Amino acid sequence: MIKTRILAALGAVSMLAMSGAAQAHHPWILPSSTIADGQDAWVTIDVGVSETLFAPERPAPLTNVKVWAPDGTEVPVEGGVSGKQRSSFDLHLTQQGTYKIVNTGGGVMGGYKQGGEMKRLPRDITPDKIASSIPADATDVRINEMSSRVESFVTLGAPTEGAAFKPTGKGLELQPVGHMSDFVTDEPAKFRFLADGKPAANIAVTLIPGGTRYRDARGEVSLTTDAEGVVTIKWPGAGMYWLGASAKGAPTIQGATERRMSYAATIEVLTP
Amino acid sequence: MRLSYSLALTGIAVAAPATVTTAATIDLTVTIPQLKVAEYHKPYVAIFVEQPGGTVAPKTLAVWYDLGKRNNAGTKWVNEMRTWWRKGGRTMKLPADGISGATHAPGPAKVTLNTGDLPVGKYDLVVEASREGGGREVVRLPINLAGGTAKAAGTNELGAVTAVVKK
Repeated sequence: MIKTRILAALGAVSMLAMSGAAQAHHPWILPSSTIADGQDAWVTIDVGVSETLFAPERPAPLTNVKVWAPDGTEVPVEGGVSGKQRSSFDLHLTQQGTYKIVNTGGGVMGGYKQGGEMKRLPRDITPDKIASSIPADATDVRINEMSSRVESFVTLGAPTEGAAFKPTGKGLELQPVGHMSDFVTDEPAKFRFLADGKPAANIAVTLIPGGTRYRDARGEVSLTTDAEGVVTIKWPGAGMYWLGASAKGAPTIQGATERRMSYAATIEVLTP
Repeated sequence: MRLSYSLALTGIAVAAPATVTTAATIDLTVTIPQLKVAEYHKPYVAIFVEQPGGTVAPKTLAVWYDLGKRNNAGTKWVNEMRTWWRKGGRTMKLPADGISGATHAPGPAKVTLNTGDLPVGKYDLVVEASREGGGREVVRLPINLAGGTAKAAGTNELGAVTAVVKK
């Protein structure tokens, strides 16, 4: 009985955490370099989730990781490994221009109250099972539809923003305003956020410089998108940055009561 | 040797018809500092002009790198001159006639550069040096293609840089 009560309490807490904007752990895709040159080049891509950026902590599975070449064709992820702390694969760049590496995720989380107790839906529930999983006497039903997109960009030669950057129109996405790699400290960068393909106006965007382990202050920069969904970033210095945002939207799944979309990108900034 | 010869030739060829309008020459002296380091390699140097905030695209005037390597292998490291590489180097093919040159030993290196079809105006002449096992440095000289002298100096990888612009 005590155990169930703790579980129920935990459930309530995690649901609360879910609905909040703060993310304790940051998902990331970390290229060994975002700029390369020559006829072809190799970069190593790490995929993980961690509190300390960009230190390996927990691996993210490579199952949903996709790579788009500058011409918009898909490059298969081959020879990947999932270690104890991060997943990793080597990417062979053979086309001139900017590659996009994407990890998407999504699902449904939620719970309800039955006889005064909080109950959670199974973790791996699919949308079609929602209706049958909620008992008739359930109250306070909260079903959260979630989607996440984690990206990074690698350029061979000069940057391009071609076919690889065509928005999917689903969830929260980043659209290039100019290029998506090749950033330097003395040039402010602009990014446009899209929610379901439309400018995501007035959403909170967080910028965190990598290397958090080597400083006391978190150095987080909080920004808000303008009416066009655009943020302008003045880089505090060179290095790898984690750029994250989340937005709420109208649910698309039958039965969902809320919807949350999140986005994160790793961006490298060099000295000019 | 052959390359510096072609540099001179290009200078004449372009200067002749262009004198009416724009072409200027720049007598440039770049001092490569003597460094007391365990392992010394002569620096790679890129020289280009750009117009900060202007409309004229950056133009490469010279790139000094290891020309002697087989299969053009010396170009592998030219991207270490990051500023230049980003502003035009990466879209260039090397060796380039009148632009490629050998690296220079410590001491003053004197070259004459031709600005070709650049419109008369104010520019930054940028000299960027990068050394294997060493650092990188960028020195900027504000110049006017109408004529004049500009001086600047680096602190680590470059010494005094002097440009005399002649129209």
